[in-house]
Amino acid sequence: MTDTLPDNTGYVAAAYLVFFALVLIYVVIMAAKLSRFERELSELNDLADRRLAQDDEESREHEAVRT
Amino acid sequence: MTSQLLYGTRLRALSLLTAVTLTAGFALAFFYAPMDADQGFMQKIFYVHVPMAIVALCGFVFAGIMAIQHLRTRDARYDLRSYVAIHLSLILGAGVLITGSIWAKASWGHWWVWDEPTLVSFLVVFLLYATYQPLRFSIEDPERQARYASVFAVVAGAFVPLNFLAVRMAQSYTHPRVFATADGGLPDKMKLAFVVCLLGMSALYVTLWKYEMASKHTSAQLRSLRRKLGGDEAVTPTGRSAAPSLGTSQ
Amino acid sequence: MRRAVSALLRKDLQLELRAPQAVPAMALFSITTLVVFHFAIQRGQVEGDLAAGVLWVTLLFAAMLGTSRLFVADHEEGGLDGFLLAPVDRTALLVAKAISMFSYLVVVEIVAVPAFAIMLLGPTPGAGALAQLVLVLVLADAGVALVGTMVGALAVQTRARDLLVPLLALPLLIPVVIAAAKATTPLLAASAGDVEARWLLILGLYDLVFGLLAYAVFDFLVED
Repeated sequence: MTDTLPDNTGYVAAAYLVFFALVLIYVVIMAAKLSRFERELSELNDLADRRLAQDDEESREHEAVRT
Repeated sequence: MTSQLLYGTRLRALSLLTAVTLTAGFALAFFYAPMDADQGFMQKIFYVHVPMAIVALCGFVFAGIMAIQHLRTRDARYDLRSYVAIHLSLILGAGVLITGSIWAKASWGHWWVWDEPTLVSFLVVFLLYATYQPLRFSIEDPERQARYASVFAVVAGAFVPLNFLAVRMAQSYTHPRVFATADGGLPDKMKLAFVVCLLGMSALYVTLWKYEMASKHTSAQLRSLRRKLGGDEAVTPTGRSAAPSLGTSQ
Repeated sequence: MRRAVSALLRKDLQLELRAPQAVPAMALFSITTLVVFHFAIQRGQVEGDLAAGVLWVTLLFAAMLGTSRLFVADHEEGGLDGFLLAPVDRTALLVAKAISMFSYLVVVEIVAVPAFAIMLLGPTPGAGALAQLVLVLVLADAGVALVGTMVGALAVQTRARDLLVPLLALPLLIPVVIAAAKATTPLLAASAGDVEARWLLILGLYDLVFGLLAYAVFDFLVED
C-alpha cells in the first residue's frame, strides 16, 4: 500500500468493520449464553446434591425404622 | 461416551481453520492482490462483500435441503438445522446489503443503486427470508410450525435461482455492470485472494452454524436435566416460541 | 381425481356466485387503486413502462386481497377437515383452488383492464397488442394463482394471516412482476411494439417451477 492512504479508505474500512461487527456481536451473544449455561449447570449441580442428601436421609430413616 | 449426536465436535479445529483462512484471505486481498484499474482501492470491498453473498445464498439452499429432509423424515433435528442455517444466512445477508450499499456509495455516490442485479436480487431474497421468523412465530403448534417452516424453506430455496435469473434479465443489456464479479476475467492474484476469502467465509459459516447448533442442543439438555432432577415444577414453561426445540429423546 | 377437482371447483364458484365476497371486493379495490394512482403519480395519462407498472401493481394488490380470502371459508367452516377425511388425492384441492384463484383474477381483469384503459391509458392498443396482452395476463395469472394458493394455504393456519400473505407472496411474485411489466411495456407504448419472447419464456418457466413446487409441497400444507 502507498504511503498516503487513498481517498476511498473510509468506505473500505467501513465495509470490513461491518463484517467484523457482525462477527463480534455473535461473540457477545455466545458469551451471554455461555454464562447462562454455567449458572444453570451449577444450579442443577446443587439440585442434584440436595437430592442425593435427601435420598441419604431417607434411606437412613428407613434403616432406623426397621431396627 | 454419550449416545447422543453432538454438534460441538471438531469445533476448535474448525474455528482455528476459520481464523487462519479468513485472516490469510484478507491479508492477500490487501497486500498481494493488485489495485483494480477501474475502481482503485474501493474494489477491495469485493473481497468481503461477494464471499458473504455467495455463502449466504448457499446457506439458504442448504436450509432448503435440510427442510426437504425434515419433511421426508419428520426428524426435528433437520428442522433445527434448517432454522439455524436461515438465521445465519439472514445475518450474513444483512451484512451483504450493508457492504453493498457502502460500495455503491463509494462507486456511484448513491447509497442504493438498482443497476446491480445481484444486489437487487439479494434484497428480494432477504425480504422473503425475513418473513421466516414471523411465520414461525404465528403458528403455535410446534409440529405444524416446523412443517410449515420447512415448506417455506423449500419454496424459498427453489425461488432463489429463479429470482436471480429474472432480475438479471431485467437489466438492459446496454447498461454496464457496476461491480466486477468473479466471473469477469479476474487477474490470477485477485482470483487467489478471492478464493481464500471465500473459503474463509465458508469456514466461518460452518463454525458459527455448529456453534449455534451446539448451543441450542445444550439448552435442551439443560432443560431436560432440570426436569429429571427437579420434576416438572422445576422447569419454567417455555410459552410461544419461534425456535424449534429439540426433544430429549434422541 | 378429475371429479374431485370439478366438485371442489363447483363448490367454490357456487359459493362465490351465491354470496359474492372476494371478486367484487377485488374488482372495486382495483378501480379504487387506479384512482389513487392518478392522484399519487399526478398524471392524467400514462403510457409505456409507467402504464405497465400502474396496471401490474394494481392487479397484484387486488390479487393479494383475494389470496387472503382463498382458504378462509374452508378453514373456518370445516370444509377443509371434511376434505381431508375424503379418500381423495390432496392435489385435487390444490388444482381446484388454483383454478378458482385464476378465474377470480380473470374476472377482475375483465373489469380492471378496461377501467385502466379508460381512466389512465393514453395510447389505444390495437387488436394485435390486445391479443398479446391477453397472453401475458394468462401466463402471469397462472403464476399468481399458484403462488397465491400455496401462500393462502400456509397463511390460513397462522394467527396473522392477513399480514403474512402479502409479506410472503410479494417477494415470491417479483419475477412475475418483472417479466409481466417488461412484456406489457411495448404493448402500451405510444408507438405500439410487440412482446419480447424472453419475458413470455420467463413467465412460462416461473409457472412451471412453481407448479411443480406446489404439487410437491401442497400435501404438507393441508395435513392435519
